[in-house]
Amino acid sequence: MTLRIPRRGLAQAFALIVILMIDRAVSPQFFNLHLQDGRLFGSVIDVLNRGTPVALLSLGMVLVIATGGIDLSVGAVMAIAGATAASLADTHSLPVVIASALAVGLACGLWNGILVAVLRIQPIVATLILMVAGRGIAQLITEGRIVTFTSPDLVWMGNGAVFGLPTPVAIAIGMLLLTAAVVRGTALGLLIEATGGNARASELSGVGTRAMILSVYIWCGICAALAGVIAAADIMGADANNAGLWLELDAILAVVVGGTSLFGGRFSLVLAVAGALIIQSMNTGILLSGYPPELNLLVKAVVVLAVLLAQSPRLGDIQRFTARWRRTKP
Amino acid sequence: MSDSSAPPATRPALLDIRGLTKSFGALKALDDVDFTLGEGEIHALLGENGAGKSTLIKVVTGVFARDAGTVRLANREIAPRSAKDALDAGIATVYQEVNLLPNLSVAQNLYLGRQPTRFGVVREAEMKRRAHALLLDYGLDIDVGAPLASYSVAVQHITAIARAVDLSARVLILDEPTASLDRHEVEILFKVMRKLAADGIGIVFVSHFLDQVYEICDRVTVLRNGRLIGSREIAQLPRLDLIRMMLGRELAETTHERAASQPDTAREVCVSFKGFGKQGYLAPFDLELRRGEVVGLAGLLGSGRTETARLVFGAERADSGAATVDGKAIRLNSPRDAAGLGFGYCPEERKTEGIVAELTVRENIVLALQARRGLHRPLSRREQDEIALRYIRMLDIRPPDPERPIGLLSGGNQQKALLARWLATSPKLLVLDEPTRGIDVGAHAEIIRLVRDLCEQGLALLVISSELDEIVTYSNRVIVLRDRAHVEELKGDAVEVSSILAAIAADAPAAQEVAS
Ligand SMILES: Nc1ncnc2c1ncn2[C@@H]1O[C@H](COP(=O)(O)OP(=O)(O)O)[C@@H](O)[C@H]1O
Ligand SMILES: [Mg+2]
Repeated sequence: MTLRIPRRGLAQAFALIVILMIDRAVSPQFFNLHLQDGRLFGSVIDVLNRGTPVALLSLGMVLVIATGGIDLSVGAVMAIAGATAASLADTHSLPVVIASALAVGLACGLWNGILVAVLRIQPIVATLILMVAGRGIAQLITEGRIVTFTSPDLVWMGNGAVFGLPTPVAIAIGMLLLTAAVVRGTALGLLIEATGGNARASELSGVGTRAMILSVYIWCGICAALAGVIAAADIMGADANNAGLWLELDAILAVVVGGTSLFGGRFSLVLAVAGALIIQSMNTGILLSGYPPELNLLVKAVVVLAVLLAQSPRLGDIQRFTARWRRTKP
Repeated sequence: MSDSSAPPATRPALLDIRGLTKSFGALKALDDVDFTLGEGEIHALLGENGAGKSTLIKVVTGVFARDAGTVRLANREIAPRSAKDALDAGIATVYQEVNLLPNLSVAQNLYLGRQPTRFGVVREAEMKRRAHALLLDYGLDIDVGAPLASYSVAVQHITAIARAVDLSARVLILDEPTASLDRHEVEILFKVMRKLAADGIGIVFVSHFLDQVYEICDRVTVLRNGRLIGSREIAQLPRLDLIRMMLGRELAETTHERAASQPDTAREVCVSFKGFGKQGYLAPFDLELRRGEVVGLAGLLGSGRTETARLVFGAERADSGAATVDGKAIRLNSPRDAAGLGFGYCPEERKTEGIVAELTVRENIVLALQARRGLHRPLSRREQDEIALRYIRMLDIRPPDPERPIGLLSGGNQQKALLARWLATSPKLLVLDEPTRGIDVGAHAEIIRLVRDLCEQGLALLVISSELDEIVTYSNRVIVLRDRAHVEELKGDAVEVSSILAAIAADAPAAQEVAS
């Protein structure tokens, strides 16, 4: 099992450091930490804490993208799982609440996986169905209201602490370790990369590509459900309309910033999470700087553009083309 | 359409290609090829898969840059840098997949980018009138206002041809245009080709249907392994000779010694197929594969060689017959089933079906073994390294770096790594589809030696090759295919190039007179 940052992670590490330095420049107390009631506080902890939902989503998303797919439904799955957890929270014990929410996530992932792997529908279309329908399902669960709860157990999921770390952060670290153990501790990682790199060749080598694809969508659903539970626990309620809204895009962005190609193949769990942290440090930095939060969208767009340009296979072509054009110009 | 100035008595050269050369890395896809097309001539360009036909077309039309050689069109040297350049010069190409816009109308497709306008407004009616008149010339009386996609592939092809010719083409290149047409549609296309030829346009026709070549062409040029084998008048070329040009021995080529081992019926049968086949794909066949024996599959392109391999490996599901391994009935519904039974398959399309380009040589080598062991029994990194290094050494894969992405290796080394992928699973049966295609000469001989070695170690091998000389070298038995059926089995001394050629050409009337 390897969790080391591969050599190709240098760019992401560099980007994260630069952004953190900028954050520190706009807010000199950025790296200050203090312990209060057995929990650490500070801007860095804030980045980690706020970044948790997208980090969790990216753990599932990176595997889906590695197989050459995409999952647009994770935001909606967060809403469904959050609604499930919130409506059960005050009547059931925490394990039952979490298990139900995760089971719902698993079912969502299974649905997506069947559409993609068995019925061979294009992933973007297949998951769009649940992206649209999911919020309706969440509405049905909450009966159109914002469901609030007071169960201290579930509130702890969002606001408690484990070894000084906020519970969501501890959960995210746990999920990263678990996913890494499952993916790299078994042959799953290699077989997923092979499937994403060349599905036909993998199939002809005896790889069960269908099972591979099914399992990554299921895992993505479970990760999204967990993110949904945490998001609900954080605000002590479930909002079917807004929980996880647009977060699928942040998750995809995190994966892409983490260096995994949308065409599939090689992936890195650690770098996907790093991508989520890069996005969150930008968000937090802009909040701290006092600039209007709308600026956030612009900065994000610039980062996306930069990353996509850096990865574009046509970049070389364009350079060659302009060089030739310059040469042939009279 | 541009008129040629004076009507020719004999066919003057329209397109004249000399010494054309193009390499992809170490592979010479075209090696000093000459080609001459006359005015009003229909000229077949023939050769097996990978012979270099498409490369020739792409180099001539500027899609690829050439390494050496000259191209002259009507005595003027041209050097197009893109398909558009070539079109402007007068060379139009229509590929198998029609390159038009299916949602636009036929008329719009014909006049895209040059619609008749008045005061900047497209004159829809005028365009339709012209389009209709243009297609009438081609024997099509259709509603040109309907979307292109609503018509058959043949009509789409003719539309593409009409557009190309109307853009003042003097040379028309058709790369496998008939592959997806039925008999009637082929007739329509041929009528159009004859009409264009009568108008003085030179046509290059790529096809692997020899019947069609004999029906429509004046001349034929054959390529093999990127080299020019020859150019002949079709009327003076018996079919057996043509097939020999495509598959047979090249004089310059070193001939391999035939393996000494003779077929030994005492050897135990390990895999056997009875009445195995699939409707519309391959006629049912019987096939027995024995340990330590190489069975060669020979035939022309499209005769059913690759189809046999895919059925044997479960990549295509048979709908008749049964298969047994060591006498026991087996299920063979997927490559996964086949791999589980100890079969291995190196497909013909190495890039799209063989390698996972982005992964390392090590990962590519262990892939099949790992898939067979299952998720929960991962090979440790040490085991992977050990396996990869063992095969890199054994097969002399270069560079000997297990961590290099396999996509960066040459074709020959990729092929060896794919062999290693299956050898690592200790297979019973290995199916090799064109194992030496697109491989430089050095690696070529090595692969052949490897096939022999494997056979001696007791593996059963089923090998497809369009190089008859090569097949004869290592096969104990050769099965000849024609029209998607196994038609003949040659054993022992009968395994020689001339008898294989005769079997392939057996249905052709021209063959008898030459063979007798
Ligand atoms: N873009 C390319 N890069 C590398 N090799 C190529 C490329 N295009 C063709 N080849 C190789 O060149 C050889 C000739 O291919 P091609 O001209 O397509 O054959 P044909 O059309 O006669 O079937 C083959 O071995 C093929 O693998
Ligand atoms: Mg071709």
